[in-house]
Amino acid sequence: MAADQLSRVFSALSDPTRRDLVARLAVGDATVNELAAPYDVTLQAVSKHLKVLEDAGLVTRTRDAQRRPCHLEAEVFDLMTKWIERYRREAEERFTRLDAVLAEMREQDGDDQPRKQGSSDDRTGAGR
Amino acid sequence: MNTSTTRNQTSIELGDTVPTVTITREFDAPVAHLFRAWTEGDLVARWLGPRSQTMHIERYDCETGGAWRWWSSGEDGVEHHFYGSFHDVRPNDRLVQTFTYEGFPDSVSLETATFEDLGDGRSRVVTVSLVDSFEDRDAFVASGMEHGVVEGYEKLDELLATL
Repeated sequence: MAADQLSRVFSALSDPTRRDLVARLAVGDATVNELAAPYDVTLQAVSKHLKVLEDAGLVTRTRDAQRRPCHLEAEVFDLMTKWIERYRREAEERFTRLDAVLAEMREQDGDDQPRKQGSSDDRTGAGR
Repeated sequence: MNTSTTRNQTSIELGDTVPTVTITREFDAPVAHLFRAWTEGDLVARWLGPRSQTMHIERYDCETGGAWRWWSSGEDGVEHHFYGSFHDVRPNDRLVQTFTYEGFPDSVSLETATFEDLGDGRSRVVTVSLVDSFEDRDAFVASGMEHGVVEGYEKLDELLATL
């Protein structure tokens, strides 16, 4: 269930038009008409995009007024951003370990053969 | 793009039109070292595996047409197995390989790493992972968060239940 939901949020945001809609709703609630105005597409097309965002839980429509403005569920969007940031941090941790491996390689190289000033190290001789 | 010179930051980009994850990182090391650390099994074992897991390399023939296989194990005793092929190996320049997690045997991602010499003993690597579908890509990104972020899912469940 959570994975399905996650997938829906991700794919909802994989479309540039939908990301743009989200960005505009982040400023404030807006009706479908208002949202459609800047685009050279039909109202139906924008409604379709909004439906995808609604299904993903990113956007809700208030039921009270005639206008039925669209509202961005900022918390869902924030969670999404956090997930990507978490993924980035995992990669960062991996690369920090790689930094340590590389620092050790440099030290070993220094012991074997002092590096010439300004020369790039290329023991394999397979550089470009 | 990372423009910081004081710290090597990792940047992540998700593709809009194709299901990719692009990771970019710079290193304070010559490109030849970076390539070795990326392609020699005993060096790879020291950084690639998940944190808090021990990485066991069964096979790491990093040459064009070669193959690799490794597994990781943690204190909980659970093992995760991975394997793939080395499709194209060009020293200090480019590495193309496939990647499959045995837990999802039907999924395969194509990983292209491009290595770049930045001069002054610095280098950059850009890895592009291309998976079968946006759904797979998203699961792939989410899987990096399995450890210790189950509460993240639970929080989302709770949140979505209120909508």
